[in-house]
Parts: sequence; C-alpha cells; structure tokens
Amino acid sequence: MKSNQTRIFNKSHLKWAMKQSLVKLNPATMMRNPVMFTVQIGTLIMFFVVVYTFLSDHHDQGSVWYNLSVFLILFATLLFANFAEAIAEARGKAQADTLRKTRKDTTAKKVVAIGEIYADEIKEMPSSLLQIGDRFICVAGDIIPMDGEIIKGIATIDESAITGESAPVIRESGGDKSSVTGGTKVLSDRIVVQVTTEPGQTFLDKMIALVEGANRQKTPNEIALTILLAAFTLLFLIVCVTLKPFADYAQTPITIAAFISLFVCLIPTTIGGLLSAIGIAGMDRALRANIIAKSGKAVETAGDVDVLLLDKTGTITIGNRKATKFHPAPGVSISTLVNAAALSSVADDTPEGKSIIELSGISLSATELKDPVFISFTAQTRTSGIDIDGKRIRKGAFDTICKLAQHAGNTVPDQTKKEVEEIATNGGTPLLVSENEKIIGVVEMQDIIKPGIRERFQRLHRMGVKTVMVTGDNPLTAKYIANAAGVDDFIAEAKPEDKMNYIRREQAEGKLVAMMGDGTNDAPALAQADVGVAMNSGTQAAKEAGNMVDLDNDPTKLIEIVEIGKQLLITRGTLTTFSIANDVAKYFAIVPALFISSIPALQALNIMKLESPASAILSAVIFNAIIIPLLIPLALKGVQYKPIGASALLRRNLLLFGMGGVIVPFIGIKLIDMLLSVIM
Amino acid sequence: MNEQITGIILIFLSAILLAYPLGKYFAGVFSGTGISSIMLPLEGLIYKISGIDPAKEMDWKSFLKAMLTINMLWFIYAFFMLIFQGYLPFNPDGNAGQSPDLAFNTAISFLVNCDLQHYSGESGVTYLTQIFVLCFLQFVSAATGIAALVAVFKALKEKTTSTLGNFWVLFTRAITRILLPISIITAILLAYNGTPSGFEGKDTITTLQGDSVSVSRGPVAAMVAIKHLGTNGGGWFGTNSAHPFENPNYFTAAIELIAQMIIPIAMIFALGFYLGKRKLSMVIFGVMTTGLLLLLIPTIVSELNGNPAIEKLGIAQPSGAMEGKEVRFGSGLSAYWSIVTTIISTGSVNSMHDSSMPLSGLMQLLGMMVNAFYGGCGVGILNYFIYIIIAVFISGLMVGRTPEFMGHKVEAREIKIVALVTLLSSILIKGFTAYAAFLVTHDPDNGWVVPPSLWLNNPGAHGFTEILYEFTSANANNGSGFEGLGDNNFFWNITTGISLLLGRFLPIIAPVAIAGLLAKKKYIPESPGTLRVDSVTFGAMTFGIILIINALSFFPALALGPLTEYFSLDLK
Repeated sequence: MKSNQTRIFNKSHLKWAMKQSLVKLNPATMMRNPVMFTVQIGTLIMFFVVVYTFLSDHHDQGSVWYNLSVFLILFATLLFANFAEAIAEARGKAQADTLRKTRKDTTAKKVVAIGEIYADEIKEMPSSLLQIGDRFICVAGDIIPMDGEIIKGIATIDESAITGESAPVIRESGGDKSSVTGGTKVLSDRIVVQVTTEPGQTFLDKMIALVEGANRQKTPNEIALTILLAAFTLLFLIVCVTLKPFADYAQTPITIAAFISLFVCLIPTTIGGLLSAIGIAGMDRALRANIIAKSGKAVETAGDVDVLLLDKTGTITIGNRKATKFHPAPGVSISTLVNAAALSSVADDTPEGKSIIELSGISLSATELKDPVFISFTAQTRTSGIDIDGKRIRKGAFDTICKLAQHAGNTVPDQTKKEVEEIATNGGTPLLVSENEKIIGVVEMQDIIKPGIRERFQRLHRMGVKTVMVTGDNPLTAKYIANAAGVDDFIAEAKPEDKMNYIRREQAEGKLVAMMGDGTNDAPALAQADVGVAMNSGTQAAKEAGNMVDLDNDPTKLIEIVEIGKQLLITRGTLTTFSIANDVAKYFAIVPALFISSIPALQALNIMKLESPASAILSAVIFNAIIIPLLIPLALKGVQYKPIGASALLRRNLLLFGMGGVIVPFIGIKLIDMLLSVIM
Repeated sequence: MNEQITGIILIFLSAILLAYPLGKYFAGVFSGTGISSIMLPLEGLIYKISGIDPAKEMDWKSFLKAMLTINMLWFIYAFFMLIFQGYLPFNPDGNAGQSPDLAFNTAISFLVNCDLQHYSGESGVTYLTQIFVLCFLQFVSAATGIAALVAVFKALKEKTTSTLGNFWVLFTRAITRILLPISIITAILLAYNGTPSGFEGKDTITTLQGDSVSVSRGPVAAMVAIKHLGTNGGGWFGTNSAHPFENPNYFTAAIELIAQMIIPIAMIFALGFYLGKRKLSMVIFGVMTTGLLLLLIPTIVSELNGNPAIEKLGIAQPSGAMEGKEVRFGSGLSAYWSIVTTIISTGSVNSMHDSSMPLSGLMQLLGMMVNAFYGGCGVGILNYFIYIIIAVFISGLMVGRTPEFMGHKVEAREIKIVALVTLLSSILIKGFTAYAAFLVTHDPDNGWVVPPSLWLNNPGAHGFTEILYEFTSANANNGSGFEGLGDNNFFWNITTGISLLLGRFLPIIAPVAIAGLLAKKKYIPESPGTLRVDSVTFGAMTFGIILIINALSFFPALALGPLTEYFSLDLK
C-alpha cells in the first residue's frame, strides 16, 4: 500500500484513465454531475449543427469547419473532465487489484469441536465457508484465511500485504493486540483464531471497496457545492436563453455555435469537471498516508476538528517512563536503596521495572537468588516486590507504600514527602521503596517527550485545533508534561469513561472531536468522537467503532488527517472561485464578438483586441477546455494548507485564485487567439 | 461645481451622523430597553383590541405565516378601495376609480414597498385612497420589512433557538416607535417649507401669460415624509419629488434625501448594537458605502460633465447635463439623488432618469440589480444576508472548514434556498425583459389596446434600457421609472405586478427561513480556525460575490442597453 511514488501520473494509470474517459460518457453516469451533463447536451446539439451545415447550402450557422471545431473542443472538454475523475480513481483501482490478489481463496484449518474421529479435530476447508464464531488454526507459513481474534497463542505476522510495512508484528491472545486480518501471513508460532466477520465483509473486502470508490457517496459539502454549481449553471442558462430575444431586438443574428460556446464558457466547467476528482484525491491522500477512511465524509469532517484527544504514551512521550534517579530516605545509604530497588524489580517485566534494573547497574537474574519469593503486582496490594533473606522489599505508588509503613507504625520521613512532591511537579512519577515496611527511598521515573512534538502542537494550535493529552498520571505530573509538550489541556488519572465524558462535554458545546484509540475499552469513545481513528493493531471492536483505521499505528497521524481534510475543502473552494472568476474574461471575449456587425460601438469591450469573432469564440472555448487538464495536478495534489489564521488564508487564496482567476484567462485567451490567427 | 459636491457630502454625512444614534435607539426598541418603552401602554391597547398575545414566541414558519396573511388582507383591501374610490368620499377633484389591472398593479406595488406608479397622483387616486390606502401601505410595508429583519437578528443573536420573536410585536413597534415619530418630524419640516397639507381640492391660478391653470394639492407633506422614511418612493404627484409642491427647495431635497437614507443605514448600526457585534456592522456599512461610492462617483462625473454629443456641437454646458433636471437642484444633486434612490429601494425621483447620461443609467440599473447597498427598509440587509451566505460558503471552503455563519453550519438546504432567490431575480428581470423585447420585435402590431410598437419612446439601445429598467425596478421593489415607457396598460400592469409580488416576498421569506434553519442548528463556538465574518477580508469577499454575481448575470443585457449607448455616444 505504501508507495514511495510521488509522481501523479503513471503510464498504466494514464492508459486506464483514457479508456475510462470514454466509458464515462454514458449519459447515466454524466447525469450525476449536472454541470458536465449540460455540456454533454450542448455537444450533442453541436453535433446536429455540424451535420446540418454539412448537408445544407445555407450558411446561416457559419462554416462547417467552424462548427466542427466548436464541436470537437466541447467533446474534448467532456473527455478532459472524465479523464480528471478517472486518473484520480486510477491509483485506487491499481491498489484494489493488488489487494484482490491477496484476497484469493485460501485453505482454512478449521477446528471442529467434536469431529468425526476425535474432539477438536482439524479439518481443511476453503476460507469462504468459514462462519462467525468458527475457530481455525494457523501455523508458521500459513496465510490467515479470515479476520478474527486470537484466542490462544502468540505469533509474528507479516502484514505487508495490507500495510506495506515489511517488519513483522506480534499478535497475541488477550489484550489489545489480538486481532488478525485475513490475507496476512503467519511467520512463526501457532495461533488459534476465532472468526469475527462474515465472508465478504472482511477488512480486505471493505478496503478494496473503499480504494476502488465502488460505493463512493457524495459528501454533504460536495452536495451543497453541487447545488450551488447547478444554480450557477441555471443562471447562465437564463443568460443565454434570454440573449436570443435581446439579440433579435438588436437585430443581430447569433449562431447556435456561439450560443452554446457562450453557455459552456460561462458555466463553471472547471470546478464541475474537477469536483469529483478532488474528492477522490482527498481519500487517496489519506490512503497514501496509510489511513483507511471509511467514508469521504470522515475525511471532510477531519478538516473541521476543533479538539484532538491524544494518548500521552507513544504520542507525546516515547514509550514508557524510565527510572532516572534514586533518592534515599534520611539515614539510608544510596547503595542500600539501589540494591533494594533492583531486587524488587527482578521479577518485574514491565518497562518501568526493567528501567530500574538498568539504572541500578546491577545485573541480577532470578536464578542466582537464594529462595526468593516474588510478590507480583495485584490490584488489591498495588505493590510488587520480593521476600529474600528475611527482608520484605516492596515498591509502589506513594500513598500505597505510605499506608503500608504507617500500618506497621513507621513514619513517612518529611524529606521523602518533599522529594515526592518535587518529582511530581517536575513531571516525574515517584515510586517508593520500603524494606520491612520502613520507607527507604524514592525512585524517580521520568517521561521523555518526543522530539519535534512541540512544534507539531504549535502548528495545530495555529490551525485552531485544541489538543488534549489523556494520561493515567496524577494531575501534577500530567500538568508538567502538558506544559512541556505544549498541549492545551489534559485529562489526568484518565479512566475510559473520562475520555467519553470529555468528548461528550466538548460536543455539547458544539465542537468536533477527534481521537485515536486501540483498545476495546476505547471503542465507545471512538464511536462517540466525530473522527475516530483506530489503530490497525488494535482490537476488532476498536476498528469497527472508529471511522478511520491507521495502518501504521502512528498516533501522530491525527495531525496529518486534519490537514488532509482541510486541504480537500480548500481545493474545492479555491477552484470554485477560480472557475467563476474566469467568466469575466470570457464575457469580454465573446460578447463583443457576437455583436460586431450590428453594434460596432461594443467593440470598445474587445479589450483583448482579439482577431475575429470566430477566433474570439474559439479561443474562449479552447481556454475553457484546456484549463481542466492543466488544473488536474493541482486537484490531485490539493491546494496547500497554511496554518496562518483564517483571515490571512482567505486573503491569500482570494488573491491567488480570485484575482488570478480574473487575470489568467485574459492572458490565456489572448495567447490562444494569437496562435489561432496564425493558423487560420 | 464645488458647491454642488460640498452639498452632496454634507447631506451624506448628516444622514450617517443621524443614523448612528438612531441605530442604537432601534436596537433598544427591539430588545425592549431604552426610552421607547413609553409606547408600551399604547401598544398594549393595540394588542388588546386585536386579540394578540404579545408574549407568544413564533418559529420561522408561523412568523412568515402571520406576515403573509396580513399582507394578503391588505392587498384585498387596497385593491377594492382603488376600484371603488370614485364612489367614496374625500374626492374633491372627482377622480374616477382605477381599472382592475391598474388597481392590481397599484395595490401590489404599494403593498410591496415598491410604488411603481402607473397612474398619476393628481388624477388616478382620491384623497381617501391616498391617505387610507397608499399612505397606510407605505407605513405597514416598511414595518413589515423591518420586522422581518429583526426576526433574522433575533435568530443570529441566540446560540440555538427555534423562535424568532413575535411578528405582531416587532411590526407594531416598528410603527409606533420608529416610523410614526420620525415621520411626524419630517412632515412638519416639509410643511414649513411649503409642501401643502390641507384637504381642499384643485386651486386655479392665472399665470403671467394670462392662462388659467388648475393646480392639484392635498395633504401632501404627510405622504412625502413616509414615502422617503419607509423607502417607498410613491409620491403624491405624478412627477414625484420633481414637483415643486412635493419638493419645494434645496432644503426639502436634503431632508428627503436624508429621510430615505437614515432607516436603512440605522438598521446596519442597529445590527451591531443588537448582536453586540459592532465590528460586523462596520464591515457591512463599509462594503455598502464602497458600493455606493463606486456607483455614485461615475454618475456625478458624467452628469457634471454634460453630454459629449452636445459638447461636440460647440455648446457649453456649465451646469452639466441638465436635460430632465430641475434648476433648483442642479445636475450634481440630481445625480446623487438618482443613485441614492436606486440603491435604496425608494424609487422617488427628482429628475427624469430617462434623460440621465448612459453611464448614470447603467449605475442606476446596477444599484437596483444589487439592491443591497443599504437597500430598502429592512429588506436591504435581508438581501445582503443572501450574498453573505454565498460568500460564507465559498470562503469557508477556502479556509479549510465546512462553511459556517455565526456559529451555525451552512449546508445543502440553505444553499438551495439561496440558489432559488438568486435565480429568481435573474429570471424575473431577464425573463420579462426578454418577453417584452420579443413582443416589440416580433409582434409589434399585436391587437392589444396599446400595441407593443407604441410602448417605447425611443428606438434601439435606449428603448431596450427602458424595458430593462422597468423590470429591474419592479423586481427590486424600487418603483422608480425610466419613464418614456407606455406602462399603464394590461401587459405592463400584470407583468410588473407579478415581478413585484415575487420580487418582494421570496427575498423576505428566504432569509427568514435560512435564519430560522440556522438558528435551530447546534451552535459551534468560534476558534482561531473559524472564518471571521467581521473582518475586512470577508467584507471584500462579500463585495466580490455581489459584484460577480450581478455582473455575470446581467452583463449581456447591460451591454445591449446602457453600454451600447455609452460607447455610441463616444463614437459620435
């Protein structure tokens, strides 16, 4: 999926798109786009005019070649618009073909609870016959036949078929990394998987449908814009229809070719021809960032996001906390504390535990110890530790260890209290260590903020997006990290329902909220959020609940998603402005040309000094046609978004596309006219 | 020359200076605070007699229903009064009843605040209908526009609401607290300056030549006051404010000019005070004033410079183009008046627009096509609101957000309504103009009472402009005439009547409906990424939208009319 290709066009895509531009001429397809459909009708009328001028002796409609040229240019306009849409679809189409190869029927090793010979018998069958709830086995080298949850075992899996990432990932039963996707390959070990989706509804199926745009629906904003463009089309239809009696009154005969040229030039064909390409390209840009958006609406909404909920771990800070310093209690030597802390962490597999051992510099292994009794962390005791040599060493959070000590009649040293507070205000997490219920010191754990993350948050801030850090840390620590990273707000000691409540509260104020999550307990919040991005490594429930899936499992992706959404809207807005602004020049080209014979005074309006009425009209329609392919790269790449504030951005785009839209066609039409006058 | 321009500047500035405090007062009137509350007992009495519960809030649908129902009743009342006026009292000059098609046109035209007069005041109506039908409609139509605008204000003020206030209350307050008090002051000023205010019939005087001339009069001052304040434009006499009784001197001309500007401008400031968004009202005021100046300056220049065709004959024109103008006002003030009366939907005239220079005619037409540079009482800002929605939609996209206006998303439904209104004025103006042009070209000797060949006073481009002007004026509810057009006959009475009705009510219904729909939506607080509508940039965008929509829609028609005339004049 991940293509390093930055070129917009590729040979095979071009070929396919050219063919599609003809296929799309089908009126039933054209009708979806009212602007281009009227162009099609105009082209058809011109066809009959050409036939008429060819067959009849009358010259009231102008010469054959003139009418033929107009007809051909209009036909080209149609093809260009179709080509724009097709080339936007081409990449998705190519991706879908690759994915389809992955989806081909594989053999599944189904576990039959009570088989013909013995229980849990393994039966080979085509993957398409698997039902929800069925279990199957995969061993190293197998292609996983169907989406599901691992219910037993652990395995390394090659997901490159879907994510394009060649490094294998680990999936195991229980926890948040239990889901596997059909079409991916097991590289090692053996897993038992329970099917979670129906055939034809798998992630791969959905992805194929999405990238192909098979069930692409117009987004609400696209619909509203289409209405506005249809209104403009009607407005110009009225202009052209009423021009007939006006011209009769002024005793000016106007040819059908001139009427249709005027009409096609005035209606917003530029944006009309590029509108769907812009939408598809937006989804495609998301796809190239390895984000599967379930609908175009989700991408569009992303541009509007006001609040971004981000998990601290992995997004703002690198991985987990690390032990950075030992603070012995008064009267305790540093080596006693270091030793005790290391001992208590021997059996602690958490990254925190490992980092304590790392900092202590003592290499211990469980086997070297004499009769150790490891006390693992439980929700009741909320401590972990070791009993060895008659010493009961425990480590845990401040209040837990304090309670433990006070229970045994020991006091908490004031210095320790002070240190604990200091560590917390500096964004660290204090871990207390006790020996025989007596507090012997504090281990300072610190978070490490990702480099560059502060700048990204500043950029978001300028975009008007409020960032919120979600963390299980206590409020003091959370506040420190929030300040250091430059996020606007935080939720400390967060429980899953806190996220949900925060989202609801923001939404009640009318704000749009985006969040990223992976766990099953994130699913309700993902569903509640306006833009919910589930990580591909996350659980099936999370992936179902969100409206986007990030294949890279990269939490900072949210920032890119917001920008892609904004880019999509900006491209639509600027090209609409450009398209309408173009009309000014076209009027100045065509109107004087229409009345050259009857009202010579109107030649004053021929400010471009175009050669002849025929060349003026042809230049205008040619400009109108070729501007479409010229703008295809812009439509596909999207107009750049700059976080410089709404008013400044509007000013910039107005100057660029509004003023530009007025000026460019004057130059373009004049140049084409000069060329034509040489040829004619 | 400088004297003329100084006069114009002084009149313009006094209007703004008066409008600003008035805007603050208006905001108080509609939020129920300030000194205007002394009218409460009187209003209470009105509500009691009419059986209105002033505390009842209306949603946008019932608001519009109330407004349309009462308007329909007024129309029926006016229509029959005009037909039967000949048999009714207060008719000292013995004028006859109007023909049904003329009564239809007159009733509608006063009902919709347009006052396209296809009759002449001296002979077409009686004192009774002047006062109790026309003058009455001038009050209520202005109040209707103001009430509709305040409903939109109310919708924009609340974060989320389904009600827009009570039509009857807003309507009553607009009359008791705004229109009546200011009208009384204006009428008194006019009466002191020589505008008649009595009930005697025609008077006869003997001129210097010795002929005997009968001169119409009546309670004129009262009507001239509301005609301007309510941006109606329908005068007592046929020649409107060019008549020496209706507009005796420069001072009354100044009063009448100021009177027609103050309410539309004050409503812009009222918007700022009422919503607590003064910057927004300043931006709107800035855009509208820029529009005014862009139309005004070329007009004044071309009028003061006089007609190049006459100049080529070697005749000096020290006072500018004086054809069709009154010497007591001069060409400068008349140019100013002609623009003010067309951008604001007043339509009262103090000179013959038919005789304006082609460029002035173009500017007058553009003023009416835009119809939102200040615009009529209430309706000017309502029209501007439609342009704002289009601007919001396109510029919202350009800053990368789905479009929103004052915290509410603008979506397909609102765009549909906006599209409808924009298309409507285009169809009404160009459609009817095309129809009339078709009849003149292809069916000039049609057997109607007045055949199309006799409609136009002028051939060619100028004749075309006459047609275009009439329908533009009707659609804009302006009411000024290019004259020179034989318009009191079945064709014109009916076609302009339809234009008037649709051109009035749809542009009122649409903004109220959009405001009602928007107000019901979830409120989205402003963030740094939100497009600010009170910025100069957005003002420029709105101006661009106004310019481009009207220019694109009317360019061919304008090219065949005033532009052809303008360029031909240069060629001669």
